[in-house]
Amino acid sequence: MADLLKIEHLKVYYPERAGFFNRIVSYIKAVDDVSLTIEEGKTYGLVGQSGSGKSTIGKTIVGLEDPTAGKIFYKGQDVTTIKQKRKINFNKEVQMVFQDSQSSLNPRKTIGEILAEPLKNFGVPAKIGAGKSENERSFDKEKIDERVLELLDIVGLPERTVSQYPFQFSGGQRQRIVVARALATNPKLIVADEPVSALDLSVQAQVLNFMKKIQKTYGISFLFISHDLGVVRYMTDTIAIMHHGRFVEVGTTEDIFEHPEHIYTKRLLAAIPSQTVAGREAKRAEREANERDFDEKKWAYYEENSAPLRAYGLVQRTGTHFVAVREENE
Amino acid sequence: MAEKLLEANDVSVDFRINNEYLKAISGINLTINRGKVLALVGESGSGKSTFATSIMGLHNPEYTKVSGSIKVAGKELVGLSEKEFDDYRGVSVGMIFQDPLSSLNPLMKIGDQIAEAITVHDKNNPEVKNRVRTLLNDVGIDEEKRVADQYPHQLSGGMRQRVMIAIALANEPDLIIADEPTTALDAIIQAQILELIKDIQKKKDAGVLLITHNLDVVSELADDVAVMYAGQIVEKGSVEQIFENPKHPYTRSLLKADPNNVRPGEELYSIPGTVPSLAEMDFNKDSFLQRVPWLDEKVVNADVPEQMEEVEPGHFVRGTAWKDFSFDDVNRNED
Amino acid sequence: MFKTIVRRVLIMLPQIFFVSILIFMLAQLMPGDPFYGNLNPNSDVATIERMRHAAGLDLPWYEQYVRWVVNVFHGDFGTSYTVNKGVAVSEIIGQRIWPTVSMGIIATILTYFFAMSQALISARNENKRIDKFLVVWNTLTSAVPSFVFYFVMMVLFVYVIPIFPSSGTGIDETQGFFTNFFGNLYHAFLPALTIALFSTNSVFQYLRSNLLDQQAQDYVRTARAKGVQIKDVFRKHILRNAFLPIASGIGYSITGVLGGAMFAETVFGYPGLGALFVQALSGRDYTIITALMLLQGILSLFGGLLSDIISAWVDPRIRVK
Repeated sequence: MADLLKIEHLKVYYPERAGFFNRIVSYIKAVDDVSLTIEEGKTYGLVGQSGSGKSTIGKTIVGLEDPTAGKIFYKGQDVTTIKQKRKINFNKEVQMVFQDSQSSLNPRKTIGEILAEPLKNFGVPAKIGAGKSENERSFDKEKIDERVLELLDIVGLPERTVSQYPFQFSGGQRQRIVVARALATNPKLIVADEPVSALDLSVQAQVLNFMKKIQKTYGISFLFISHDLGVVRYMTDTIAIMHHGRFVEVGTTEDIFEHPEHIYTKRLLAAIPSQTVAGREAKRAEREANERDFDEKKWAYYEENSAPLRAYGLVQRTGTHFVAVREENE
Repeated sequence: MAEKLLEANDVSVDFRINNEYLKAISGINLTINRGKVLALVGESGSGKSTFATSIMGLHNPEYTKVSGSIKVAGKELVGLSEKEFDDYRGVSVGMIFQDPLSSLNPLMKIGDQIAEAITVHDKNNPEVKNRVRTLLNDVGIDEEKRVADQYPHQLSGGMRQRVMIAIALANEPDLIIADEPTTALDAIIQAQILELIKDIQKKKDAGVLLITHNLDVVSELADDVAVMYAGQIVEKGSVEQIFENPKHPYTRSLLKADPNNVRPGEELYSIPGTVPSLAEMDFNKDSFLQRVPWLDEKVVNADVPEQMEEVEPGHFVRGTAWKDFSFDDVNRNED
Repeated sequence: MFKTIVRRVLIMLPQIFFVSILIFMLAQLMPGDPFYGNLNPNSDVATIERMRHAAGLDLPWYEQYVRWVVNVFHGDFGTSYTVNKGVAVSEIIGQRIWPTVSMGIIATILTYFFAMSQALISARNENKRIDKFLVVWNTLTSAVPSFVFYFVMMVLFVYVIPIFPSSGTGIDETQGFFTNFFGNLYHAFLPALTIALFSTNSVFQYLRSNLLDQQAQDYVRTARAKGVQIKDVFRKHILRNAFLPIASGIGYSITGVLGGAMFAETVFGYPGLGALFVQALSGRDYTIITALMLLQGILSLFGGLLSDIISAWVDPRIRVK
């Protein structure tokens, strides 16, 4: 599988100011030396608590945040800065979807206008397999209209909805429209930041199924950012667990869920509610054991006396499985 | 015979919209015994919060009509005056809300917000300060003195929810209503808060009405479950009965839509259509059947008897359509 | 907090410098000079030039500016040309400032008192008759030009029902403090009341919609669930939260009184800074105009500071991190 997006040693620091002259006294390390690779047609999951820096990584990829250090490569090309991104029309290829569909759709625009917007900016992509170069794009009004209807069809909404406004749709429909808008320019990668956490179960299922479907049809990759382990397990191929801006464990979905090794991963997994009534007590005992473990053994996994806890660098376990531990421990 | 903390009989709530009353929930019968946790499960628009709000008497009486009978610890609530409700709220029943940040007054110290819950019913209680500290200890906050002196924005999400629980417990109510208590929280904090609620419930032998759309929370905490759809209870029973032997099409659809219950690679079940609006609700029928495309129209449009059917001891299902419902027929109408 | 204030004041210094240049240049742009108004048929060009030279008005603007700034630092704003010929501007302003300040304070207190009580009544009775009446009334007072109302109030309470004086500030330097205090209160009350009545509307509308917004907030439901009566929820929770965004405006409205006082002081014959400004404008009295504009400029900067302090004082989210 070809690598689509590669992040190397990414750091995103925010200065913290204090004192009379508002001088920078320290940095909040939102993302602290993180590397990852997203493969074509695969889903990479980023899991962590709020404030762990998982959203910052997503925003930095699409250019909403500036990296303090590190490099981002797209198909081997350096796209770390906004300038470099512009040069290759990066934002046509990589789109972002946010949690709150209500606020990310302009209430005064019809669905047709919303879907046409990226097409007016980047042009209508040539049909996949039409024999034309993939970079050939049309700004023809008719082509745009045609593509808008095609998108509605992909989302599963009838043609007449083209002139309707966001408030006329249900939460699940709106979230699908948001995904459709991201799809308009045939992107290769969609960064999805908590795309379903505001949705009811049945609506969540609609959106997740839809995302899986378009992945299969168009070979899209996802960076799936979420704090919901159940959803992540269902959606992803590779998972990175984040804590205080660092990766503490990276592996395939199976590595993470079946053979968790980092103390924080175990703690997260123990927090998943018991699926059966019979399992409640066992789950509870597991959690208690975990809490004790965490206090006792944390300095094997985090740099001595760091506050906030700073995880060690990743150590390779198997071909796919990496864990942040102190190396001399071994 | 266990002591009944909540007895709801044939509860209906109507909202006045444009000078016309529309029914939001109808014929709700629920009981919570001392020491039990009842989960009321449903998606947004199902009416579960409407029901909770009527137990607290927090509907605006000018726009709302509550009928039937709601008894908390034997006391009838339907028909109480505003004044009587003020005396009852926070004493016989305490409530925990979804978003602990917006549910606390941003301009008031934590200690004062907890103290208010006590002084509003007992003006000159000399023990208030100590009581606030004890409450903070009870909900697992060790630095009670410091926290009492802080403002909501200075606390983490989990701490705020602990404070909300302390407020709900201030007057040692027998019944606690928890409305989506962990929806706004991260996984680890969610587990901690759920355990705290469980601990407190056990220690005080209280009854809990847990309102949630999250099935995981239910399987973790509940003794009994009632599933609501479009303003009515469609299925209720013990948590084992509902999770291991679900009958109603809606319950079964929900369980199949939960990624935790589905093997990776298997498709999630996505319920077609949307929840009906108030104006579209028909309480004589089973509204959910509209969203099962492969059922016969005869089954979908059949009138549903008022009484739920008891399919096994303590396990009730609304209507008879569940007998005709099978996921094997999913693709029947797609040909 | 103290540090923040000191820092803010330090930042204000360059701001004041820019304001002073701006004001000086604006004054320079005004057509004519004080001596044109004083011309008589017999004065020859040479005399006028001599007078202009003596006053330094023939120098380039930056030299005039430097002279002016140096003098201002010594508390010398020059002497009045036309309004009170030969008298030091600082002395004139010194006499006029207290009437305006006292009127401003009374007007601000009354404005917020009216606005708050009206908004509270309105919000408690949303969509009922009293609410509709207050909304219409406040729309009316914002729609009609204020000076029209000033004349109506003047005629009504000075001539038709003569309970208030027609002119003067009630300050007499030969009298003691209490006589002056009550004398001034008596004279300042009608103009202050009038200003308050007709500047209530914007605060009222803002506060009313804030109250209605806050009423729907989650913390209100929490308070109700504790068993707090609705009227106490308003008093203890909603009002303060609704008042937050308005509190920061108080600083500006206190220091902004000077501008609002121009009409009112002129109409009510109340000789404060506003009336002085009008006189100085028509007499092209440079020295007074620049001094007053500088005062206003500095006051607005302080208004901003005051607003920030008030916001921090009422909102713990700003005060404590």
